[in-house]
Amino acid sequence: MTAEAPTLRRTPLRDRHVALGARLVGFGGWEMPLQYSGIIDEHHAVRRAAGLFDLSHMGEIWVTGPGAAEGLAAALVTDPTRLAVGRAHYSMIAAPDGGIIDDLIVYRLGADRFLVVPNASNAERVAEELEPRLQGFEAVMDDASAGTALVAIQGPLARGILAPLTDVDLAALKYYAIAEGEAAGAQALVARTGYTGEDGFELFLGPDDATAVWDRLLAAGAAEGLVPAGLGARDTLRLEAGMPLYGNELGPDATPMEAGLDRLVKFEKAGDFVGRAALEAARDAGPRKRLVGLRLRGRGIARHGYPVHLSGEPASVGEVTSGTLSPTLGEAIAMAYVPVSASAPGTMLEVGVRATRVPAEVVSLPFYKRPP
Amino acid sequence: MNVPEDLRYTPDHEWLRLESDEGTVGITAYAADELGDIVFVELPAAGSRLEAGSTFGAIESVKTASDLFAPVSGEIVAVNEQLTGTPELINSDPYGEGWMLRVRLDDPSALDALEGAAAYRARIGAA
Repeated sequence: MTAEAPTLRRTPLRDRHVALGARLVGFGGWEMPLQYSGIIDEHHAVRRAAGLFDLSHMGEIWVTGPGAAEGLAAALVTDPTRLAVGRAHYSMIAAPDGGIIDDLIVYRLGADRFLVVPNASNAERVAEELEPRLQGFEAVMDDASAGTALVAIQGPLARGILAPLTDVDLAALKYYAIAEGEAAGAQALVARTGYTGEDGFELFLGPDDATAVWDRLLAAGAAEGLVPAGLGARDTLRLEAGMPLYGNELGPDATPMEAGLDRLVKFEKAGDFVGRAALEAARDAGPRKRLVGLRLRGRGIARHGYPVHLSGEPASVGEVTSGTLSPTLGEAIAMAYVPVSASAPGTMLEVGVRATRVPAEVVSLPFYKRPP
Repeated sequence: MNVPEDLRYTPDHEWLRLESDEGTVGITAYAADELGDIVFVELPAAGSRLEAGSTFGAIESVKTASDLFAPVSGEIVAVNEQLTGTPELINSDPYGEGWMLRVRLDDPSALDALEGAAAYRARIGAA
C-alpha cells in the first residue's frame, strides 16, 4: 500500500473514475484508474463485448509542414513518407546507440500533418528528442499532450456501439486508419487502433468534451455490456495479445530486432535516421537475446524481473519482462528475454518463482488472437 | 470495510480466530480488496511449522504478488485445499470460506501481541 505521490496529473475524466468507484493509482506521472469492478471482469468484457478506457495520459505530438514526413523519417526507425493520408503505423524512436527511447503510433492526417502518440511516461522525452531532430526540415512540432483527451472503446461490439454516434464511416475505416469527424457529440479524430488485441477505436478529443463523450458512450453501450475498463485490464489484454510495453519488453537495453520487431526498422529507406548505424551493426552482429512467450507448466505466476533458467541449471540466463494469469486462457503466461539458443517454440525452460522453479514452455506470440 | 470484532490482526493484514488452542488464519477483507482479483495462493503443507512474523506463503492477484506473514508460531494442522482451485473465495468470503490455515499455537498468550479490531480498523482508516 504505497502512499500516492502528491503531484500526479489528472485527466479530465478523473471525477468520472471516482464516481464509478475506480481504484486510482499513479502511472507514468498520472493518477489513473487501475480497475473499476475488477480486472478479470473488465478483461472478459473487452474480449466478449466492449470496454471503455481513459487514455488521456498518453502523449499527442503534432508534426506539421512540408518537411514533416522527411523529418519524421530521419527521426524515427520507420518511414512515414510512405504512409498514406488517413493511415497509421507502429513505430519507434531510437537513441544514437540503437536503444529504444519509446514506441509510438504515427498517424498521417494530411500530406503535411502527422500525429505522433508516445507513452505517457515518455511523452516529454520524445518531444525533447523530436524537436532537434526535425531541425533542418520544414517542419514544426507542437506537443499537444496537455490539451488532448483520449478515450478508447475496444471489443467485438465497439463498432456497433460507436457507429450510430458518429458520422465517420466505421465500416470503411480500416485497421490502423484515422478520420476526422463528429463522435458522441464532439469533434474528434477517430482511429481504428488499440492495445487490447480486439477490434476497437480511439477517440482524440478536446479535454472539455471528454466527460460528455465518455458519458454518452457508456450510456449507449451499457445494454450491450460496455463497461469502463482500467489500466489493469489493459495490461492483461495487451499481454495476451503479445503486445510489448515500454519499460517491460522495450527499453534502452534491447534492440527492436531482439524484441521481434525487425519489420519496423526500415533500413532500406533513403537517408540517415537516428540510430541507423548502431542498428545496422546490431542487425549484422545478430541478436544477443530474443523476446519469447512463455506458458507456465507448473503452479505459479511469473512476474516482471523473475529469473529464467535453462532446465536444471543454477545460473539464470534471462528475465521475465511481463507475466500474469491469463484471464482468457486460465493459465500463467509471460514474456521474457532468453538466449537465442533457447528461444525456439517448444523449448522447456524454468522460471524462478520465489524459492521454487516452475517449468515454462517457449511458445510463439501472441497468446491470444481474436476470432476472425 | 468488514473488520470482525472477535478476530485478532497483524499489521500485514492477516487475521487470526482463536478456538481453544487452535487458531484459524486468513487475510482481511481490506487486504483482499486491495489486492483485487486473487488468482493464486501458495500455502505450506499441514504438519509444517509457522513462525510468528515469518513468511509462510504467497498470494497473487492478477496484478501483483504479496507475501503472507504468520501471525503466531505453531504447528499447521490443516490447510484450506479449496483455495488451490478457487482462490477467489478469499475475495468473496475472506473470514469464512477463504480461510487459509489452522494452526496449533505454541503459546495461546501470543495472541496478546496482535491487534484487536479497533486498532486494526484505525490502521486501515476504516470507520
